[in-house]
Amino acid sequence: MAFRDELRRVRAIAWKDLTTERRSKAGFNSVAALGITMLILFGFALGPDPEALRHAAAGAIWLSALFAGVLAFNRSYQVELESGALDQLLLYPGPRWSIYLGKLLANLLFVGLILVIVILVGIALFQVRIPAAWPQLLGVFVLGAVGLVVLGTFYAAMASRSRAREVLLPLLLFPMLVPLLLAAISASRALLGGDVMHEAGAWVKLLAAYDLIFLVATLWAFEYVIEA
Amino acid sequence: MTDPTQTFDVPRSGKWPVFGIFSLAALVATQVFAFLTSPPDVNMGQLEKILYVHVPAAWVMFICFAMVLVYSLRYLWKEREEDDLLAAAAAEVGAIFNGLTLILGMIWGKPAWGVWWVWDARLTSTLVLFLVFVGYLALRAFIEDPQQRGRWSAAVGILGALNVPIVWMSVTWWRTLHQLPSSLNSMATIYWVGMFANFGAMVLVMSFFIRRRYEAAAVTRAAEHAAQARALGGSE
Repeated sequence: MAFRDELRRVRAIAWKDLTTERRSKAGFNSVAALGITMLILFGFALGPDPEALRHAAAGAIWLSALFAGVLAFNRSYQVELESGALDQLLLYPGPRWSIYLGKLLANLLFVGLILVIVILVGIALFQVRIPAAWPQLLGVFVLGAVGLVVLGTFYAAMASRSRAREVLLPLLLFPMLVPLLLAAISASRALLGGDVMHEAGAWVKLLAAYDLIFLVATLWAFEYVIEA
Repeated sequence: MTDPTQTFDVPRSGKWPVFGIFSLAALVATQVFAFLTSPPDVNMGQLEKILYVHVPAAWVMFICFAMVLVYSLRYLWKEREEDDLLAAAAAEVGAIFNGLTLILGMIWGKPAWGVWWVWDARLTSTLVLFLVFVGYLALRAFIEDPQQRGRWSAAVGILGALNVPIVWMSVTWWRTLHQLPSSLNSMATIYWVGMFANFGAMVLVMSFFIRRRYEAAAVTRAAEHAAQARALGGSE
């Protein structure tokens, strides 16, 4: 069963990345701390008015998760480059997309945990009232995280191996993420406010389409990017 | 894999300089034509004249980015360096026209709307598009290895082009779900004639720019190939 072998490769790569992360924890802790710091800074920018904070909560939470997540994506390849591990990885048999998918899954778990922390702290700091439609809100966060990680993992494969990785990754990634951020923020804000305009559904469809389009495109293009 | 010892044929300029002079002259002529034939608009007065640079620049920008998509796909398919250089030339020229579109739009917006910028769907998505291609050009500037640069920028170019309709849709929704969409005015025929004439002239200018940029990039590549071949001790 060739396909099952590939899934095992995916799992092995994801497991390897997560083990490295779990054993040091330094990466996760500092990235999570940065996410919380961003939330506090947004709080300062918006002022202490509870109504204004509540209205901006969705945007602040998503942007904090984004800024923290960007650091995670480059890290995921940086550890590979330090001892030439990436070249070794490419010498193993199997299709390239299994490497990408493995890293994607590891990053998804990493960013997902960061997002959970940022959301919980954000709910407290921005005085958010948890809406009745919280399962739908959870779905929005999952779809948003998938899109973020798909493009983040893909662009980091290039940016982390260039001379200017710190600036290049956000420069490439942020404009590409505009539709995702607009959709995720708008849907979250609508659901937090009770979705009186019934607009969340359209945004969720856009999120799902975005995730699917770029997952397929990056799976196809990764082979060209990783071998060069 | 590209063979490092292979030579790279530098394209000849041929009649392109003549074509360049012709296309710039055509642009001047169509501008004068449009200015002389179009009466001042009822609402906008002479302000409508910016139509003849702003709208063609926006269309030319889309042509450039479509070229980036086509050449990038063909580069990944055939790995010919010419395609990579052509995609880069089109991206550079496209970014110029994109910036021009934005700046001209703002110059028009200040007297017409009273502000330099509104978060209108078209303005916002044009700005996002500009940033995507600034990223594309920055990526090229930071990578030395030609094959790596070619493949990576092709991937970024293709994904960027793929994102154009999605950005457009999301920004439109973002605006229309919260505020009224901006209204579209219908135009008299005489304005259309001037606009299309200028569009034609600007396409000529665009072709000339892309060609010259491609020639310059090709000369640089040929020099790199020659240096590489010498370093490897190959004969030329």
